[in-house]
Amino acid sequence: MLKKLGSWDAIIILLTLIVLVVASVTVDNFGTSRNFTFMVLDLMPIILVALPMTFIIITGEIDLSVASILGLTSSLMGWFWNHDLSIQTIIPLCVLIGAVAGMLNGFLITGLGLPSLAVTIGTLALYRGLAFVVLGDSAVADFPFNFTGWVTGTLGGGSIPNVLIPIIAMAVVFGVILHATPVGRALYAIGANAQAAHFSGIRVARTKFWLYVVSGAVSGLVGVLWTLRYSSARADNGAGLELAVVAAVLLGGVSIFGGKGSLPGVLAGVVLLTALQNALRLEDVSGQALNIVTGALLVLSVLLPNIVTTVRGNWQRRRLRQSAAQ
Amino acid sequence: MTPVATTAPARNLLKTRELGILLALVLLVLYTTINNSRFLSGQSIRDNLLNTAILAVMATGQAVVVITRNIDLSVGSVLGISAWAVATMMSEHQGLPMIVAIVAGLAVGAVAGLLNGVLVRYGKVPALVVTLGTLYIYRGITYQWAGGSQVNADKLPAHFLNFANDNLLGIPWLVLIALVVVGGATLVMRNYRVGRELYAMGSSPQAAELAGIKVARNLLGAFVLSGALAGLAGVLFAARFGTVDASAGTGYELNVVAAVVVGGVAVFGGSGTVWGAGLGALLLTVISSALAVLDINQFWQQAIVGALIILAICADRLVAVRIARSLRKRDARA
Repeated sequence: MLKKLGSWDAIIILLTLIVLVVASVTVDNFGTSRNFTFMVLDLMPIILVALPMTFIIITGEIDLSVASILGLTSSLMGWFWNHDLSIQTIIPLCVLIGAVAGMLNGFLITGLGLPSLAVTIGTLALYRGLAFVVLGDSAVADFPFNFTGWVTGTLGGGSIPNVLIPIIAMAVVFGVILHATPVGRALYAIGANAQAAHFSGIRVARTKFWLYVVSGAVSGLVGVLWTLRYSSARADNGAGLELAVVAAVLLGGVSIFGGKGSLPGVLAGVVLLTALQNALRLEDVSGQALNIVTGALLVLSVLLPNIVTTVRGNWQRRRLRQSAAQ
Repeated sequence: MTPVATTAPARNLLKTRELGILLALVLLVLYTTINNSRFLSGQSIRDNLLNTAILAVMATGQAVVVITRNIDLSVGSVLGISAWAVATMMSEHQGLPMIVAIVAGLAVGAVAGLLNGVLVRYGKVPALVVTLGTLYIYRGITYQWAGGSQVNADKLPAHFLNFANDNLLGIPWLVLIALVVVGGATLVMRNYRVGRELYAMGSSPQAAELAGIKVARNLLGAFVLSGALAGLAGVLFAARFGTVDASAGTGYELNVVAAVVVGGVAVFGGSGTVWGAGLGALLLTVISSALAVLDINQFWQQAIVGALIILAICADRLVAVRIARSLRKRDARA
């Protein structure tokens, strides 16, 4: 029971609830439905990309190229639109291109056995570079209103934003896969010990390969949603988002070494970061001040559990020594 | 101490790694010069070297950290906070000599690096997490401090700004500093005990600890060095560009890591050289100026850097596989 209470994802969920309650009581306009819509739109890209990122980090790997895939699909979306493709063709095409970009990551990492950190730093530069090659520093803005309006709109004009539906649907799907299927167990097994997982019959390389494909496809989809939200296709869309996503995932209690973490914790991590940012903005605190909070939380999310483990270990050892002396 | 450095064929293979970059550099310069002879003019060489200097200084610290199987993503933010601190100091005390500015920049960076090192070693937090966190924290502090304001060239003392263009024996100070930093670190990493210990730590952290190496001291030293050099880069940045705001150096960490990886330092530590990282910095800089001279769309630059990083790690992988094979063959013969 004590262990359950002390686990980081439980703490982060509690902390998130406290921040939400305190902010809606003390910050003007925080609890309004209009602000709720803005908050959901702000957390949409981070939360969607964080879903496959959680899987990847649980297997002990990382994908830093997600924001660049987002930028590349956004650029291509503008280019396709300028070349008179219909939006119904463009959207699935962009998701597909995202998947192909992820496939290249997956091939380099599982096929050639290269370290994922270095590979995805490389493709981070490559895909962002290609995004600029496609669109330069221009922007494409004249996307059809029924699509851009849907992304920023609410259900029947009420208080529930439209994009909340795909967010919840995808979070449920990823959550069920991770926590209630053999695939999910396999991911934890790979992260805990890839060699042992291999000898227990888990196809480690193939699993990781598909994770990168899914990560690319989701990033492509977010590229589309991002473009429609701001109705602006630009090569620098989403630049730097990968750091926010990794920060949110680690903050949610996923171990960077793999094998540990839960999706509810990650969701809480994303909501916590977005809510803090939103509340601070409403209070007219600069967004840059939040950087300090984000960074500190990120370091603390690993540091605090380490300190607790060390202290508990010392305490137990002392008790053992005392009982041995008696 | 490293397994790769002990066999003759392996040493040759590693030599070809830096030679490969040199060859690429020579080919690129040749091709560009044939297209436009002004590329090899004095002014153009000078610009390229000046542009390389800041990157090479940061790549030196990063290479040392990466060789110990760690990473320092906070260098761009450390450059920012140091550039702001030094620019503010110099604009308020016009009479301070240049050496004070340099020492101040080194000190700001060293403190930032020390915090990174302490969190990695004593907090047992992975370097990737720590420096990702401090990337945000140091940048946030700089924004809090600077607000929306900036220090312009007309508020900075003339001797500070001239430093970027002044020469000693015909070589610009900036280039001289970079040469001393890269050369000194290469020498220490290659020939001195502490350097070999850093390689050993990267090859196998546990074995290094069991062998009695002072891992804690060396690790802190590596992070302090990386921070201090990023701080020095901040001073050079302020002197060269004259205008400093809170966003100085944003995203530089990517270029620095790219230079190190392209230069042949393996991300899992234990191999590569500092001068290779310096060459990597030079290659990246020359590529971007060659694009301009060749009239190729500047937007290709980042894509080429990305492709180069991937190519470099593929080459490293090939070398590692070949070394493993030759070691196995040798063992079989013995």
